[in-house]
Amino acid sequence: MSECAVSAAPARTYQYGTRHTPAMIADLSRRAYEYRIQVLRMVYERKTGHLGGAFSAAEILTALYFHQLRLDPEHPGWQDRDRLVFSKGHACAMLYTVLAHRGYFPVEELSTFRALDSRLQGHPEPAKTPGIEVTAGPLGHGVAIGAGMALGARMDGSRRRTYVVLGDGELNSGVVWEGVMLAAKFGLDNLKVIVDYNGVQQTGTTAKVMPTEPIAAKWAAFNWHVTEIHGHNMAEILNALDLVDEVHGLPTVIIARTTKGKGVDFMENSPQWHGGIPNDAQFKSALMQLETGAAQWQA
Amino acid sequence: MASLIRDPFGDAVLMRKAYGDALVELGHARKDLVVLSADVQSSDFSYLFEEAFPDRFFNVGIAEPALVDCAVGLANSGKVPIANTFAFLFATRALEMVRTHLCYGGANVKLAGAYAGLSDSFDGPTHHSITDVAILRSLPRMTVVVPADPLAVARLLPQVAEWKGPVYFRLCRNEVPRIYTSEYQPEIGKGVVLMDGDDVTIMACGVLVARAIEAARLLADEGVAARLVEIHTIKPLDGELVRRCARETGAVVTVEEHSIVGGLGGAIAEYLSETHVVPVERVGIADRFAESGPYSDLLDRYGMSVNDIVGAAKRAMARKAGAVSTAAREMA
Repeated sequence: MSECAVSAAPARTYQYGTRHTPAMIADLSRRAYEYRIQVLRMVYERKTGHLGGAFSAAEILTALYFHQLRLDPEHPGWQDRDRLVFSKGHACAMLYTVLAHRGYFPVEELSTFRALDSRLQGHPEPAKTPGIEVTAGPLGHGVAIGAGMALGARMDGSRRRTYVVLGDGELNSGVVWEGVMLAAKFGLDNLKVIVDYNGVQQTGTTAKVMPTEPIAAKWAAFNWHVTEIHGHNMAEILNALDLVDEVHGLPTVIIARTTKGKGVDFMENSPQWHGGIPNDAQFKSALMQLETGAAQWQA
Repeated sequence: MASLIRDPFGDAVLMRKAYGDALVELGHARKDLVVLSADVQSSDFSYLFEEAFPDRFFNVGIAEPALVDCAVGLANSGKVPIANTFAFLFATRALEMVRTHLCYGGANVKLAGAYAGLSDSFDGPTHHSITDVAILRSLPRMTVVVPADPLAVARLLPQVAEWKGPVYFRLCRNEVPRIYTSEYQPEIGKGVVLMDGDDVTIMACGVLVARAIEAARLLADEGVAARLVEIHTIKPLDGELVRRCARETGAVVTVEEHSIVGGLGGAIAEYLSETHVVPVERVGIADRFAESGPYSDLLDRYGMSVNDIVGAAKRAMARKAGAVSTAAREMA
């Protein structure tokens, strides 16, 4: 990680509630690209991991961890911290990257991703990695687990919020809809799901593998508050996250329309890059494109 | 020692009623206890907890995967959730959630498996649960506890809640005799020697402990001194006790309301095969599905009668004698 494009010091966090200034939006947008670069290096160097779904979630996780979530990396077990359930566990290279830059563990440790003795397992494991709430990997768990967390917060009279980042491929899974009904039954307005709707799963487009549209209408029919946004537009993400805090009496879902492999032309919308590993030439090309992506947000 | 067993047994009471009462008592003692049900609270009597603590009871509908996952979320919030559904559903439909989040992920969730074994007798093999112990005990970090009577339910449930990590608590639907006196003080992970004897050890769990007691008494009438041990915790197994009994009696019979594949019998056979090899006879269901019928008749029909236990004890002892004579021949 010596060529790491980002500093090893904890990255700047914009406290929850601060105004979304153009400078803040540009900074977070640029950093989403820099985190992609970090993930690209991890997967390229370790020759294992999932790039496509990590890249589609870059802006979502950046917005959550560097603005929305009320956390204390010094005290990961703080009872009233906001919870984040990363349901699409295969994309955890991005989660690890964001957690490291948020100060949960040294950025240098990212180079051990999926290695023997590493704390950074192939899929998240809470006992090993600071900042991880629950394990993930087998798909579809996030909503029902999040509902349990939200019920727990309500029982405690706590204002903590539970966020779930869900992949669109996970929507194939029946337990997702069990969780959706459960959260609606209990009116869990402290539960907020963000669907990283990148339109591609392991063997093809979601439209081809298992059509899920009209997805907004489905969630609405289950008595959820639904917002649809452009999932790579930082301003839209930040506004949507603020908006859903104003919803009372029902759980909320943000359908974030994203691009799998976002930022690298030959990876975008390609099922091959769900779990593909770049060769040297592809790595160089991807790096150049992501650096260009970051540069567009340079002040 | 004999004072642990009532003689004669006490009146039969519904084990599920004992469970519901124990839940309520525990609810008073532990404010962090929450109870979830996949819409079976009227079956397993967890409705008693719902009535007493409506704010700490959640019916998640007929959705066993979400039942377990929701409990995982509550555990993350510092609650001690007890999830309730039929035993076979934990071991089948919700198994992936159990493996991933309770065992691998370490979520501190307790599973109360209702209607285990053949106890939902008339509903038939779709509802019987004869492989749950084998399945759940194969998972790293899982603890498996099988109470034998209403008092055992009441005394073990608080320990289940206190135990760090996931526990599967296997429960019977039906009326079962009260076999234990108030002297009975079970401890998770420790077997209980109920009767002394040196000819053979009968290791039993669950409601069949009552039949094993009857079998041991019949054997005594025939001059056979059977040692009777209750293994209420299938995992972690009380290996020290199991090995000592094997060494001291030279023959073992296991008794369980479960398939003979992978349950108590499997656990003990595995353990003894590597520590102290003696003849082991397994009383249980012979790797097949049962059928609908009255509970007691089903237990008899499918290999778990008192006579089946007596016969297994005699076979084990005969094999022990055969092994001795074979060894003697080889030495000669």
